[in-house]
Amino acid sequence: MSINTLTRQVYDINDLNLWYGEHHALKNINFPINKKEVTAIIGPSGCGKSTFIKTLNLMINMVPNVKMTGEINFNGQNILDEKMDLVELRKNVGMVFQKGNPFPQSIYDNVAYGPRIHGIKKKTHLDEVVIKSLMDVALWDEVKDRLNTPALGLSGGQQQRLCIARALATKPGVLLMDEPTSALDPISTLKIEELILELKEKYTIVIVTHNMQQASRVSDKTAFFLMGELIELDTTSTIFSNPHDSRTEGYITGRFG
Amino acid sequence: MNSKTADRIATGVFVAIAIIIISILVGLFSYILVNGLKHISWEFLTTPSSNIRAGGGIRDQLFNSFYILLITMIIAVPLGVGGGIYMAEYAKPGKVTDIIRSCIEVLASLPSIVIGMFGLLMFVNVTGWGYTILGGALALTVFNLPVIVRVSEDSIRAVPRDLKEASLALGITHWHTIKTVILPSAFPSILTGVILAAGRVFGEAAALLFTAGLSTPRLDYTNWNPFSDQSPLNIFRPAETLAVHIWSVNTQGLIPDVEEVSNGSAAVLVISVLLFNLLARWIGRLIHKKITATK
Repeated sequence: MSINTLTRQVYDINDLNLWYGEHHALKNINFPINKKEVTAIIGPSGCGKSTFIKTLNLMINMVPNVKMTGEINFNGQNILDEKMDLVELRKNVGMVFQKGNPFPQSIYDNVAYGPRIHGIKKKTHLDEVVIKSLMDVALWDEVKDRLNTPALGLSGGQQQRLCIARALATKPGVLLMDEPTSALDPISTLKIEELILELKEKYTIVIVTHNMQQASRVSDKTAFFLMGELIELDTTSTIFSNPHDSRTEGYITGRFG
Repeated sequence: MNSKTADRIATGVFVAIAIIIISILVGLFSYILVNGLKHISWEFLTTPSSNIRAGGGIRDQLFNSFYILLITMIIAVPLGVGGGIYMAEYAKPGKVTDIIRSCIEVLASLPSIVIGMFGLLMFVNVTGWGYTILGGALALTVFNLPVIVRVSEDSIRAVPRDLKEASLALGITHWHTIKTVILPSAFPSILTGVILAAGRVFGEAAALLFTAGLSTPRLDYTNWNPFSDQSPLNIFRPAETLAVHIWSVNTQGLIPDVEEVSNGSAAVLVISVLLFNLLARWIGRLIHKKITATK
């Protein structure tokens, strides 16, 4: 492996296995993730794609009885190491969930929440971070006049973009998105997809999606999971035009899943 | 019988039940108020009670009720909410947690007179304090702790899981997440529980008979030194509360105006509980509005 590929890699996952109690949910996953690329993860329900993305910031630890073996190297450090500082990891790896989940606070406080607790105390500095994060998600113009109103008053699509802004406010390098548009209407979905294409200039993005068109529209690499195994990982154009594995082909042409 | 008729009958039954409940409540309230209001006067509220002569007031009893409530809440709320946080957020499911939960439930179902006897043993005799406000407050803490723990645990569990996930995923520690996301969201229901518990404190007599006592020393309301015997703020003095006063004038009162005093006291008690509820809810709503940014 050349120095070049090493520095381009954010994540390098080797032989990752995961069990929920007795259930073997991820089997021998080897998965490099490159810097400033969008990696889409597709596969039928229950294939382990959500489980996989939750291992990347160890949110999987919230589930009781989870056991993992193997390595998840993040910027050269194995996060499965006991000594891993979860706070530090999650500051660097933001996450957006299926349904927009803003806190029942004002719009401003939602975005300021992370940076405030992580130590930005000065109001002017905090304002800067909030404005910049809201601009990054193209929400600033829509909310600049009502920053002190409740975030729950926003539409579903706006709430989801607010949640992305909230994740960006802690200045992560990586953004994980777990089916971020599954609860949104087509127009809001389109906005989020445009946003992903813009954000990839600055961030490494991993997105789990049920929607194969979405994967083909926004991602550089696509990974296909089936029954806990990583079947195929390649450039998106290869996966969708010329997959190597017959199961991948079967899934993307709609023969199952 | 077709399902439409059944539906109509069910509606009728539930409306009837609601009417029964409301009429009991209204009946009780108006009985207490009609009998009591005419005895309430500024003088009744501001003169000390008398053991023998007619015309005694309830000044000290009223103050004692609020003061014991305050001391009880200062002890019970942090313990209770802390216990609720532990049960909801830290306790691992298993035998130990089940045992703790059963203990809390047993504690919640103890009759208050038993807690009074326990208080007499622990907070009066073993400590050697005699009848004190603090002893009464501790007995009432034992009495109320399970309720507050239970309500806090339930309210914390009812906070949507995705809020907690969102916070943890931002790299916020568990404690900070509890403090800044979970507790504010659970606040309205915890407050409801605390108000219910406070109402119980206000009306409780049996647990206080043997712990805070049946008498109040001569109080000097200008004396604010909490260590002085005459100070109303002294927590190591005996204190008869309003509920206990109603019980004692009715069972062993020598005054000729027993009925007037107890009816008036009952009305004051009910009105106080009502005012306290309204005030606590109003303050709670203000706080909640401030956190959630709703107008």
